[in-house]
Amino acid sequence: MPVPLAADSAPTTFEGATNTVAVLLLLTEFAMLRATLSRSQVRLYAVQSLLVSGLAAIVAADRELPELYALAAVSLALKVIAVPWVITRLLRDAGAEIAGSGAIGAASATLLSLALAGVGFFAVGSLDISSPYLPQAALGLSMSIVLVAFVLMIVRRDVVSQAVGFFSLENGVSLASLVVAAGMPLIIEVAFLFDLLVAVVVFGVLMRVHHHRTSSLSTASLTSLRG
Amino acid sequence: MTTVLVLLALVPLLPAAAALIAPPRIVQGLTVASGIVCLGLALALVPHASHGDVHIGILRTDALSTVFVLATAFVYATCGAHSIGYLRHDEKAHDFPRYARRFYLGFNLFAWSMLCAPLVDGLALLWVAVEITTVVSALLVAVENTEGATEAAWKYVLIASVGLGVALLATIFMYYAGAQELGQTYDLAFPPLLNAAPHLPHTAVRLSFVLAVLGFGTKVGLVPVHTWLPDAHAEAPTPVSAMLSGSLLAVSFYAVLRYFQVATACLGPRFPQTVLLVFGIASLLLAALYLLDQHDIKRLLAYSSVEHMGILAIGVSFGAPLASAGVLLHVLAHAAAKGNAFMGAGALVRKYRTKEIGQLRGGAELLPWSAPLFLAAILALSAMPPFGIFRSEFQIVAGGLRADRYGPAAVLVVLVTLAFMGLAVAATRIVMTPATAGSGRPDRGEPSVWMVAPVLAGVIALVVLGLHPPADLAHLLSRGAAELGGRA
Repeated sequence: MPVPLAADSAPTTFEGATNTVAVLLLLTEFAMLRATLSRSQVRLYAVQSLLVSGLAAIVAADRELPELYALAAVSLALKVIAVPWVITRLLRDAGAEIAGSGAIGAASATLLSLALAGVGFFAVGSLDISSPYLPQAALGLSMSIVLVAFVLMIVRRDVVSQAVGFFSLENGVSLASLVVAAGMPLIIEVAFLFDLLVAVVVFGVLMRVHHHRTSSLSTASLTSLRG
Repeated sequence: MTTVLVLLALVPLLPAAAALIAPPRIVQGLTVASGIVCLGLALALVPHASHGDVHIGILRTDALSTVFVLATAFVYATCGAHSIGYLRHDEKAHDFPRYARRFYLGFNLFAWSMLCAPLVDGLALLWVAVEITTVVSALLVAVENTEGATEAAWKYVLIASVGLGVALLATIFMYYAGAQELGQTYDLAFPPLLNAAPHLPHTAVRLSFVLAVLGFGTKVGLVPVHTWLPDAHAEAPTPVSAMLSGSLLAVSFYAVLRYFQVATACLGPRFPQTVLLVFGIASLLLAALYLLDQHDIKRLLAYSSVEHMGILAIGVSFGAPLASAGVLLHVLAHAAAKGNAFMGAGALVRKYRTKEIGQLRGGAELLPWSAPLFLAAILALSAMPPFGIFRSEFQIVAGGLRADRYGPAAVLVVLVTLAFMGLAVAATRIVMTPATAGSGRPDRGEPSVWMVAPVLAGVIALVVLGLHPPADLAHLLSRGAAELGGRA
């Protein structure tokens, strides 16, 4: 049984390492919000997924949860390699480079995200939810990632940014699950990841259909259905 | 009985596999046969489920889930038959075999995933099944490859996936809550979770329930996360619209109900009921207002779905056994009535080649069967006797009054009346106004007998549910209501 984390003592190496990785996850999310090239957004997503897989491996090593190695491996294969490959291929076929402009300026988007990230972090931090696997700060950070991913999907007006926003939201959920549900049976975790893969395929198909119809990846023309 | 469960989870895969290799005619026949077999299997489950659980491996059904299996199987059977008539006029197109292959592959997989969602045992598997319904139905919405369909499919897949991302968070927090009592290696199966529910940590369950209502509520079409729904319902092929509305929304609502069960057992009824009441009233209010001024016949029906999901949420929030039994009856009656309404609308749209309500005139002259049946479906949706929705809404309101929830019950009645006005005015105009004479006027006659027969089946089901539900079904509903209130 892992030792419960003590809040009032000096942080251990494990706590320091995991908190650093969790903060890096949030920073990559902000970088995605700022990225102007679709390709760099996809790369940032790959980096973020790599960090999540790494974090899973760290938890597996320190807390002696061997199933998490398998999870880290599957998520590495799917989220660091397969998903970015699918989107990059789509981008190459579409010949599109620049991601769609934001509905609001980059500065406003960043400020808005900062505020939301703070709200998410402190709101979840104030809840009485603690886990034996990861420091509680990581849970607050996962909520921040989810909220910033919402901003990314809302302000960007092109299909790639919106899809990457959704995938990175799922990374935030993965982080949350490492904190509160690291012991979840492997079969369930794999089912979640498999579902993600199916979702990626469908996103890819619909992005292609969209590009085929409008010859662009922008969502600016998707305004005919209302009322 | 366990064989029935396994068969239900396997039969729809047969026509789906056949769609890949066999010619369209055979696939259509297999789809109809599979739908009728599934309906028969679901009916066979009814007497058993009203006495206790049926359980094998990862499949499990109790009274609550059997209601949703029944609704889905009914919609699957009728829509399968309707699709033959709906696709008839595309048959001469050169790419029809390819289109039919995609359509029936998606259609059967969609039905399969919706049958599996209530049959799987556990919140994690439930999430997986609901996610599969999303990805399959998103492709089905896009299958006609028009501009509107592409837009609707993109909005649908994005909004619904984000909603399910939130629902995944809910699943994880529920796992965390359960792990405090059941240890780390349990798999979120229902019976142990419900047994342990009174001892679970309150904060985590509360958070999980709200996230689940928001996340799965996106797929239910609860306001304010309903925005994908009118687009997807309006742009999908009509048999798919009927399945989306009649059973996908209900199956997602089933997921909410599972979280509601755990939350009620853990937190007491007050908090979960209040959450559902707020979402329910918001949905009902907004949908009733949109129904008053709607120009697209399929969007009209889509907003009617939002309205009925709001009624379900309010009915559950009353917490009275009578109202809960009414909610479960409402799920069945809404599936039949909304399926009928969409199939009638499909016949009208095929005839006039437009969805604009202003241009649909003289339905009763041109479509001697479909138009009156469409009007009957609208009246059924508006809770007119002798149809099933009259009985279910009566039970919901009576249950609310009995539970001393006078305010919400009164609001429910007022808003349902408002919605009735919007629906009834539009539908009577379509059916009763004389058709304009002119060269563009379509000929008199039904497009296909396949578009009328399933609607007749729906009317019969609605009248049976309204006048005299069979005893087995009544047992099933009251047991389901007891399970919902934590008394089974």
